[in-house]
Amino acid sequence: VENVRLLDRLSSRKAALGTLYLTATHVIFVENVSETRKETWVLHSQISSIEKQATTATGCPLLIRCKNFQVIQLVIPQERDCHDVYISLIRLARPVKYEELYCFSFNPKLDKEEREKGWKLVDLNEEYNRMGIPNNYWQISDVNRDYGVCDSYPTELYVPKSATAHIIVGSSKFRSRRRFPALSYYCKDNNASICRSSQPLSGFSARCLEDEQMLQAIRKANPGSDFIYVVDTRPKLNAMANRAAGKGYENEDNYSNIKFQFIGIENIHVMRNSLQKMLEVCELKSPSMSDFLWGLENSGWLKHIKAIMDAGIFIAKAVAEEGVSVLVHCSDGWDRTAQVCSVASLLLDPYYRTMKGFMVLIEKDWVSFGHKFNHRYGNLDGDPKEISPVIDQFIECVWQLMEQFPCAFEFNERFLIHIQHHIYSCQFGNFLCNSQKERRELKIQERTYSLWAHLWKNRADYLNPLYRSDRGQTQGTLRPQMAPCNFLYKFWSGMYNRFEKGLHPRQSVTDYLMAVKEETQQLEEELELLGERLANLQKSQLNDNKVKSKQQDRSKQLGLSTSNNSLANTPQEYSNDLKSFPSRSPSQGDEEDSALILTQDNLKSSDPDLSANSDQESGVEDLSCRSPSGGGCLPSEDSGKDSDEAVFLAV
Amino acid sequence: MLRSSQPLTGPNRKRCREDEVLLGTVLDEGERGFIIDTRSAQAAKQARMTGGGTEPKSSYPHWRRLHRPLERGRPLQESFIKLVEACNDPSLNMDRWLSRLESCRWLSHVKAALSTACLAAQCMDREEASVLVHGAEGTDTTLLVTALAQVILDPSCRTLVGFQGLLEREWIEAGHPFHLRCARSAYSHARLKQEAPLFLLFLDCVWQLSRQFPFSLEFGECLLLTLFDNAYASDYGTFLCNNEKERRVGCLCKVKESTHSLWACLNQPGEKKKYLNPLYSHNALVIWPSVEPQSIQLWQGLFFRWIRSSQHLDEAWAEIQRLVDDN
Repeated sequence: VENVRLLDRLSSRKAALGTLYLTATHVIFVENVSETRKETWVLHSQISSIEKQATTATGCPLLIRCKNFQVIQLVIPQERDCHDVYISLIRLARPVKYEELYCFSFNPKLDKEEREKGWKLVDLNEEYNRMGIPNNYWQISDVNRDYGVCDSYPTELYVPKSATAHIIVGSSKFRSRRRFPALSYYCKDNNASICRSSQPLSGFSARCLEDEQMLQAIRKANPGSDFIYVVDTRPKLNAMANRAAGKGYENEDNYSNIKFQFIGIENIHVMRNSLQKMLEVCELKSPSMSDFLWGLENSGWLKHIKAIMDAGIFIAKAVAEEGVSVLVHCSDGWDRTAQVCSVASLLLDPYYRTMKGFMVLIEKDWVSFGHKFNHRYGNLDGDPKEISPVIDQFIECVWQLMEQFPCAFEFNERFLIHIQHHIYSCQFGNFLCNSQKERRELKIQERTYSLWAHLWKNRADYLNPLYRSDRGQTQGTLRPQMAPCNFLYKFWSGMYNRFEKGLHPRQSVTDYLMAVKEETQQLEEELELLGERLANLQKSQLNDNKVKSKQQDRSKQLGLSTSNNSLANTPQEYSNDLKSFPSRSPSQGDEEDSALILTQDNLKSSDPDLSANSDQESGVEDLSCRSPSGGGCLPSEDSGKDSDEAVFLAV
Repeated sequence: MLRSSQPLTGPNRKRCREDEVLLGTVLDEGERGFIIDTRSAQAAKQARMTGGGTEPKSSYPHWRRLHRPLERGRPLQESFIKLVEACNDPSLNMDRWLSRLESCRWLSHVKAALSTACLAAQCMDREEASVLVHGAEGTDTTLLVTALAQVILDPSCRTLVGFQGLLEREWIEAGHPFHLRCARSAYSHARLKQEAPLFLLFLDCVWQLSRQFPFSLEFGECLLLTLFDNAYASDYGTFLCNNEKERRVGCLCKVKESTHSLWACLNQPGEKKKYLNPLYSHNALVIWPSVEPQSIQLWQGLFFRWIRSSQHLDEAWAEIQRLVDDN
């Protein structure tokens, strides 16, 4: 479609005129300006919702909202064309078959061996070995080898030595979705462990010998403690309501030597609504400080982030300080359980704060343990009520920790943002389907590529220059301040206002420091080289050879432009806080926007309040606002181009 | 950029030839200027009743007046006190933290101050017009705007020495009544009438700039915290009294002869390094901050200074310093 205008969201005066293309995988807007022909690519998978707005004199506006929080505003001259685009995008953004997703056509031009190697980069067996397993207390179990016991669990699981197959199977029958207690993290220093499961089908009074034995087995696997914690991450009310449905939680009377604890984290519907409200705040035009703070509080988003973090801290403390094992569950054990276990692991073990370790953590607690990526992030068109920003919240917890501990992580903010992006983009196969079983049936590893390999290849972009593995901050357990520390939680504008360049510091401290580090290293190597040369020269003083010593041009600092000489920023419209026209800095125009994708969900439906009673993890009333479909944003498009918040300076 | 106090127009719309000529000489042939009045139009009008007022358009035809109300005086002090209370309140949970923060209005004041300073800067840099800034007395919000605008516009004000010069010019010599304004701070129950944290507001705005432009200021947070401390209580005479007259004549002891200068202390080679920003690189351009709510953050280094440990952040800065030094 020609003569389409792409509006700048912040400055209504800046509109680019160009042509809109729709392909099988992307929406592409190409500017008419002949010198640049700037392209904006949007992967269909990234499209969360499309809104056709009222036709005005200038044309038909189409608003596209993406799962990576980019918002695109197009104006199409003819109403009929606009309608066609709208209908097409609705269909394209709601794939029904996996084969429609970009990962099956994405071709990074690697051969079969390289593809395989990419998939082998993260090996969970190696990971458990690294933890020190198998050992006297823990062993690997293949009881689920054909997914016969639990189809959302992986084929290989780690269980206490004293848990026989009989106990495991018995316990699985007493657990929602058959997700019996299995090992998530083992601390070899004190034998304490973090295990995870789903809720027991205890109702008001049901018991299961094998399930009780399972918990005992977990306790016995830690000789240093005579009890275990059982942490239910649901609000007490929800858990109690589940009892009426024949599920519920562990009764301390029935299970010997457990200490039961509720740590209330709200369910997926509450979280979906919370994000929705927060995004609405982000879309306000020229909000006042009041509007923003009220809106943010009203969404409850940071409160939820803190709740997840607090749960992780509780568990980490139990393991590290008390040496007590913990069994964590929620309802089905694949959402809040995953969040909380992975936060706790991150706090406990510095390995997970390395780049490789983080990939391993996600593979372990999210991918292998059957987090329902397809349902939660809408790879395929599905039930809107299943959609929820569960992993987004976890990723944000990591960012909040990075802000508090700037030296403790090997990776930087960009790493997190790109991972989030690709969870929705479906450009790689890692986050498809709902379980390992489904992925194997689809032969994902033979037909798609691994994100981890891609990120690893580009790891130089993702490093944190302040990370040093020998620092105090990076070793051992991270101890975030707990209460009262509300003020330590900040709004992550790098993620939720990612594409609004005017909001962020224009100069990336991370990139600058990385360049400085690199340069220092190069100079040191050079120095060494010259030192050797000098020594040789001195040895062969009798010769008349002239040794050329290279003088590097040091004045060009690796192209670092810390001084904004070529990139003058432009002022916002400061004229009036109360004026209706947008007051954000116009986009600086030098950074490409990543590909956007539109999905056809209706963002505006209102959700009934589901937080009150039954805690059903799947399929309850309200309509989701975001169906993440994969978007083909090639990370190279925005690596280095995203404005990096000066992470460590902010606090 | 000029600054003054309000014209004494009064209820009878008095005129003053000399004042009009003075402002007339500032503008070249055909040029126009902007007057930024830091009071609301309403407040400025009401000031006439007590002998003050605004410049009438007819008498100052080439000057266009813009009103940008900025908080000052008691309400600003209250805002400060409420914020400090909120920060120190251990019972406050996440549910209500943000609304409590909002009700203090401190961040709104920061936003307003930055916006107004940017407006002044924009008039000069973009419109290439002269600007006159005044409020009522010309000793509070006026100085806030003129000083901030210079940090935005002028790279030399962003150097350590240049910034000190700016403070001397725009705050100390310009007659900001430090003795009255920086008396008891936020914990005191005294609630003095003349107390108001304009200088702190200025420092907060400068901190916001340093966050948004991490490479553009030669000094770091440490300097800003030191200045905050010294404005209230100091071993040095720099912030004593309310104006130059008091410092020379009014005090029992003559300030310049009997006290040491804070600047001399800060600039000592041994001390100086503490206050420098390791990321500094001269930026010859104007720095335009974003005043969106997301871009303005609570200055944790100041408001949570004694509440939570800055150990990890200090380590981060030490690492940054090390990386730069190694290079």
